[in-house]
Amino acid sequence: MESRFRVLFLIVAMISLSGCAATKNLFGFGSREAPPPTSEPPGQVIDPAVERREIKEPAIDREDFEFGAFAGIMSIEDFGTDLSYGLRLAYHITEGFFVETTAGYSRAGYTSFEVLSGGAEIISDSERDLYYYNLNVGYNILPGEVFLGEGHAYNTSLYLIGGLGSTTFAGDDRFTVNFGAGYRFLLSDSVALHIDFRDHLFDIDLLGEEKTAHNLEGHLGFTVFF
Amino acid sequence: MSEPSTTIIPSTPQLTKSAWFGYVAAVVLQIFLSAPLYAAADELRGVTIADPYLELHTGPGRGYPIFHVVDRGESVDIVMQRTDWYLVRADNGKEGWVDREQMELTLQPDGRQVSFARASIEDFTNAKWETGILAGDFGGANIISLYGSYSLNPNIAVELWGSQILGNFSNGWMASANIVHEAWPEWRVSPFFTLGAGVIHTKPKSTIIQGEDRDDQIGHVGAGFRVYATRRFLLRAEYKSYVVFTSRDENEEVEEWKVGFAFFF
Repeated sequence: MESRFRVLFLIVAMISLSGCAATKNLFGFGSREAPPPTSEPPGQVIDPAVERREIKEPAIDREDFEFGAFAGIMSIEDFGTDLSYGLRLAYHITEGFFVETTAGYSRAGYTSFEVLSGGAEIISDSERDLYYYNLNVGYNILPGEVFLGEGHAYNTSLYLIGGLGSTTFAGDDRFTVNFGAGYRFLLSDSVALHIDFRDHLFDIDLLGEEKTAHNLEGHLGFTVFF
Repeated sequence: MSEPSTTIIPSTPQLTKSAWFGYVAAVVLQIFLSAPLYAAADELRGVTIADPYLELHTGPGRGYPIFHVVDRGESVDIVMQRTDWYLVRADNGKEGWVDREQMELTLQPDGRQVSFARASIEDFTNAKWETGILAGDFGGANIISLYGSYSLNPNIAVELWGSQILGNFSNGWMASANIVHEAWPEWRVSPFFTLGAGVIHTKPKSTIIQGEDRDDQIGHVGAGFRVYATRRFLLRAEYKSYVVFTSRDENEEVEEWKVGFAFFF
């Protein structure tokens, strides 16, 4: 074993065991709290502190999560365009920021080479299935309202997302960066429609030299808040 | 309360892949569409306005216009909450969004002031559970990690990690368990040390002719920072040094750098 690992291990062991006051509370040993001060004079009958009852947030219906499905088209570079569909889950941290995870599926067609050569296949049939997942951070950059006629107003938001994930395609898992923009149209306070455009970038060396493939996806989605 | 609508599921015995997807989506939507009807009715909380007036916005955000005000002495029901905004219903049926600062100035039916519990930096120190996502560099390859953590006390936590490694020549999975020690958990930027062990599965890329799948044990030490951001949200950055106990003559050493975010609850 190399010395660097040993040195790091020793540093951690020394800090953990060298009487660091924090470690004595491990598994609940040691005194957790100091005893309450006994400054209160005996015989006091009136408690001057006004009790301030809290409404616990769990008692209120919190709707920060958004879950739904989407369907659209995805263009896989060199392999044509096909239907794509998937699921998304988002958590709204503030009125601006949210985090989101998506998982999707699409299927590759044939490259020009495969069509022109008349039967020579670069990848097998099962390798044409494309699965991806992404972990994204999003920001509602243009929140607003739209009006349908005189009587209806709907909240909307244009948002930007960016993140990373993995794409399984052509026999390998490929590190994938994706970014894009979307439009959220709230039918009610808890139900939304989405239009999303995203670019999935991954490196692929299937056709001779390694290159970064741009795989554009556009989809329509439906989500509910819970 | 309105009755939940019923979904008619076709009795086709052989479901194709797309039909399965549609079926699952329909069931999921049915659950989520019908659930809030009950939840909203059960959990309405009435509060009385103590400020001169309560401003109702058309949406849960600062930019949405105020379309209605409720005067002092009247009461509203809280329908739901999204981030720091509360959807309230006035006595005349109007529904609008009110921010937290105004809601804090309302009174409960018995006249006491309302205080909405809110995650704070004390929860950052004392919360039991934590989960997060980190990404970075693992010996030249990309790594994406998901972890869950349980705190035995504010200083010591145990963690489980699952990682996907995506490199130029090989891909893989890694699972590990480790102990984290925080010397100053009450600090907003809290440094920690960690020690753990696990397994790594390595699979050469399909374009590499040589090579076979391998499973190896790993041990690691590391250090990093947890940084309280806002609400239940924190940022995390860490360095770990791994030793891969290979079946060959020499063990491999791998350095890993990662950053990401996490939630505590």
